[in-house]
Amino acid sequence: MTVEVPIRSHDASTEAILPKAQFDLIPFILVLGLMGFAWLAIGSASSWLTLTVAGLTMGLIIFVIASGLTLVFGLMDVLNFGHGVFIALGAFVATSVMTYAGQAGMGGVVSLFIAMLIAMAAAAAVGWVFERLIIRPVYGLHLKQILITMGGMIIGEELIKLTWGPLQIALPLPEALRGSWLIAEAAIEKYRLLASIIGLLVFGALTLTLTRTKLGLLIRAGVQDRSMVEALGYRINRLFVAVFVAGSALAGLGGVLWGFYQQSVTAQIGTQVNVLIFIVIIIGGLGSTLGCFIGALLVGLMANYAGFLEPKIALFSNIAVMVAILLWRPQGLYPVSDR
Amino acid sequence: MYNPVCKPVYKPLIRLCGVHTHIGAYHILHGIDFEIPEGEVTVLLGRNGAGKTTTLRSMMGLCPASEGKIFFRDTAMEAMPTAEIARLGIAYVPESMGIFSDLTVQENMLLAARQARRAQDLDPERLNWIFSLFPALRKFWLFPAGKLSGGQKQMLAIARAMIEPRVLILIDEPSKGLAPSMVNNLIEALLALKAQRTSLLLVEQNFRMASALGDRVAVMDDGRIVFRGAMADLAADESLQQRLLGLSLGGHGS
Amino acid sequence: MMRRLFSEDFPESRWLSAALLLIAVLLALAPFLFAGAKAMSVAAKILIFILLVASYDLLLGYTGIVSFAHTMFFGIGAYGVAIASIRFGESWSALAVGLALALALSSLLSLSIGLFSLRVRAIFFAMITLAVASAFQTLASQLSDITGGEDGLTFKNPQWLSPSFEPFETAVLGLLIDGKALCYWLIYIVVAFMFFALLRIVNSPFGRVLQAIRENDFRAEALGYRTVVYRTLSNLLSALFATVAGALLAVWLRYVGPDTTLSFEIMLDVLLIVVIGGMGTLYGAVIGSALFVVAQHYLQDLLALAARALAGKPLLADLVNPDRWLLWLGLLFVLSVYYFPSGIVGRLRDARTKANKRVT
Repeated sequence: MTVEVPIRSHDASTEAILPKAQFDLIPFILVLGLMGFAWLAIGSASSWLTLTVAGLTMGLIIFVIASGLTLVFGLMDVLNFGHGVFIALGAFVATSVMTYAGQAGMGGVVSLFIAMLIAMAAAAAVGWVFERLIIRPVYGLHLKQILITMGGMIIGEELIKLTWGPLQIALPLPEALRGSWLIAEAAIEKYRLLASIIGLLVFGALTLTLTRTKLGLLIRAGVQDRSMVEALGYRINRLFVAVFVAGSALAGLGGVLWGFYQQSVTAQIGTQVNVLIFIVIIIGGLGSTLGCFIGALLVGLMANYAGFLEPKIALFSNIAVMVAILLWRPQGLYPVSDR
Repeated sequence: MYNPVCKPVYKPLIRLCGVHTHIGAYHILHGIDFEIPEGEVTVLLGRNGAGKTTTLRSMMGLCPASEGKIFFRDTAMEAMPTAEIARLGIAYVPESMGIFSDLTVQENMLLAARQARRAQDLDPERLNWIFSLFPALRKFWLFPAGKLSGGQKQMLAIARAMIEPRVLILIDEPSKGLAPSMVNNLIEALLALKAQRTSLLLVEQNFRMASALGDRVAVMDDGRIVFRGAMADLAADESLQQRLLGLSLGGHGS
Repeated sequence: MMRRLFSEDFPESRWLSAALLLIAVLLALAPFLFAGAKAMSVAAKILIFILLVASYDLLLGYTGIVSFAHTMFFGIGAYGVAIASIRFGESWSALAVGLALALALSSLLSLSIGLFSLRVRAIFFAMITLAVASAFQTLASQLSDITGGEDGLTFKNPQWLSPSFEPFETAVLGLLIDGKALCYWLIYIVVAFMFFALLRIVNSPFGRVLQAIRENDFRAEALGYRTVVYRTLSNLLSALFATVAGALLAVWLRYVGPDTTLSFEIMLDVLLIVVIGGMGTLYGAVIGSALFVVAQHYLQDLLALAARALAGKPLLADLVNPDRWLLWLGLLFVLSVYYFPSGIVGRLRDARTKANKRVT
C-alpha cells in the first residue's frame, strides 16, 4: 500500500497559508559584502585575490576546528575550554608522522594524508579519554566545566611538551605542495587550495550527515530538546560521546592543517587559536554548524584583510565583528531556537 | 517508604508504590500508590499544582522518584534512565508537546519511529491511519514543525506516539487550548489507540473529554491520590465531582 | 577592634590562623630576615599576588563570575604608573596621576564589558573576556610608542623608594634600610589595607547579595535585586583592586612589559591559586599565593635536584623536569576542582568543624 506523502510542497494553497521556511541568506550576503568592501579598500585585484584565498583558507581551517566545539556545546551544553589541546596534538602527531614517513621514503603528499588520518585518530582517542575523565563528572556545572577544561588544557599542553619537547618544531610542506599557481596575476598557494578543499569537504560531510542521516537528525533534535530525545528512547549520552570524539578528531585535523599553514608547530597553538574559535562560535550561534561556517569565513577574511590594510587592528577587527553581530543578533547569526 | 500493603489484585501494567518525588527542595509527591491497568484508559484528574505532571515525569524518569518503587509489569523501573523506559514501549506526550521546532513534521515523525532509518522506512499503514485522523499533518509534511498552529502541534505530538506500536502512552493535557472540533479528532485518535490494545494514561482538566474516554480515574490533590475508582462512578456522581475537583466540572474547559 | 578589622570574618581554624599569622609576620619582617634579592622579590610578589588573587576571588568566589580579563586590569595599573613616571618624570605626583588615570581606564573598561556582556550567559562572558584580554595584550605590544612594545618600559621611582636612598646612616636591626625596603613596606601596608577593605566588602550587605546571586540568580532577581547592577559593580571593584596591584608591581620592578602583567600565564596562575587556595574565602588568596609563589621559585630547584637524581631514567627524569612543574600544578588544580572545591582554606575549616563535633 502506498502512502500519499508530498515529496515537494508545491501546493499553492498551502503556501498561501504557511510559507515554507525561507532560508536565511543574510549571513552569506555578509561574507560577500565583506569581500566586496575589501576589494574597494585594497584596490589591486591580484592582492585582493591572494588575500581572499588566504582568508577563506584560514576561515575553513578554523571552521574545521570549531565545528566540533559548537556541536558539543549545542548538544550537551558543555563548553570545552580545552579544545585547543586536540589542535596541538593533531599538529604534533603530524610532525612525527612526517618525520617517520620521510625516513621510510614515502611520497610527500601521501604522507600528508596519512598524517591527517593518524592525527585524527590520535585526537579522537584522547578526546574519548578527555570526555570520560574530565568532562563527564561536571555535566551541567558550568563554572566547574570552565575551570576543569582549562586545567585539562594545561595538563595536555604540558604532556605534549613532555613528549615532543618544549621547542617549536618545523612542519615543512612536501615538495609537491610548495609554491603557488599564478591565476590572474595573483599567486595562489597550492597548499591553501588543498586545505580549502578539505575544509569544504568537511563542511559538506557535516551538513550531509546532519540533514540526511538519522544520526544527524538526533543531533539536531538533541541540540533543541535533550530530554525529549531521551523520552523518545535514544540514549543521548552515547550520542554525546560520539559527537565529542568526532569534534576532537576534527580539531586534530584542523591542527594538522594549521600546522602546515604556518609550517611550524608549538605547544601554544591551542591557546592561540582558542580565542579565534570562541569568537567564531559566538558569532555563528552556539550549536549551529552553518553559523560556525559563516562565522569562520568572516573571521578568516577579516584577519587577512585587516592584516594587510591596517595590521595594528587585526585582532581587534575580529572582536569588532563579533560585537557588531551580537548587537544585531544577540544569539549569533543562526541561533538555535528553544535555547 | 515501601508500602507493604501495596499488592495488586490483578496484574496491572504499571504500579507505583509509595512514590515520593522532590524537585529541588520541594516535596511534590507524597507517597503515591497508583496502578495503571492494561488495555484501558486511565485518567488522572486534579487541580493545577496537584502533582499530576510530576507523576508522569517520575514514571518517565525525567524527574526520578526520591523514594518508592515503580513497576512495569514485573520490572522495577524507578531507577531506569529515561531512554530505557521509553524502550519498554512507553511513550510520553508532555504538556509542552516537545515538538522539535526546527525540524520538519516528517523529521519529527522519523525521530519518533525508532525502527525507521529513513523517511521511506515509515510504516505506510500506520502513516495512512495517522493521516486519516490528522489530515493537516499530510498537508504540512515538509514544513518546519515550529510553524504549525498550537492545535496542529498537538496532533503531531500525538501522532509521534502513534507511529509505532506502544504499550503505554502517557499524555499530559492534550486538549489544552484546542478548539472543540479538534478535541473530537483527538478523542477519536485516542479511542483508536485503545482499540489497538495500547494503554493510555491521560492527565486532563477537561472533564467532558476525560469522562468520554476514561475507564478508570484517579484524583490527585497536593501530591496525594485522594480518590480512585471507575470513571463511570465518578461521572454519575455530581456531588462527588464537586467535592473532589472543587468546581462544577460541566463547564470547566469543555 | 579585631572584630571590626576582620569584619567578623575570622579564619575559623587554628591551623589557618597560625598559617596566616606566620605569613603576615614573615612578610612584614622580610627585609630583615632575608638578605638576597631573590628572596625579597619572592616576598614582594607574594604580596602583590595576594591582592591580585583576592580581588579575583571577589569576582569568582563570591559572585560566581568567570572572567579572563583580570590580568588586563593588572596591566593597566602597571602601565599607568610607568607611563606617567616617564612622561612627567619620577615623583609621587606622577605615581598618583598614573594610578588615577589607570583606575579611570579600568573603570571604563570594566563597566563596558560588564554592561555589554553580563546580559548574556556566563559562557559568553567568559569567552568575551578572553577575547578582549587577548586583544589588549596585542595592543600593548603594538603601541610601542606609548608602551614600549615588547621591550616594555623602564622608569625610576620617587626618591624615597629608590634603592639608592638611605635614610639612616647606620643599620637598623642588622639591615641598612634603603629605598627598596621602604618600597617593600609601602606595598605591604597598601596590600594589608586593601585586603581588609575586601573583607569588609564581602561581609557587607552588598557582599551577601553577591553570594546570593552566585547561588541562584533567578531567586535573587525575584527577591528584587537587580543582578546586572550587582554583577557590574563586582566587576568594577575587582578591576579596581587589580589595577592597584598592577601599580604596586610596576613600582617594585621599576619595569613593565607585556609579560610581567598581561600574559595569559599570569591569568592561569591566578585561577590556579584561587581554586587551590579556596574560592570564596579571601584567606585562600593569602595561603594560595604564598604557597604558589614560593613553589614557583623554589620548587623548581627541588625538581632540578630530583631530575639530577633520576638522570638515568628518561621518562621519570622528564616528568620531574623543573620546566614541567606546570603539569603537576595542572593536576593539582583539576584534583582541587573535583575533590577540594573549597580549597585549602575550606579543608582546614572543615577539619576544625569535624574536630569540634568530635569534642561535643
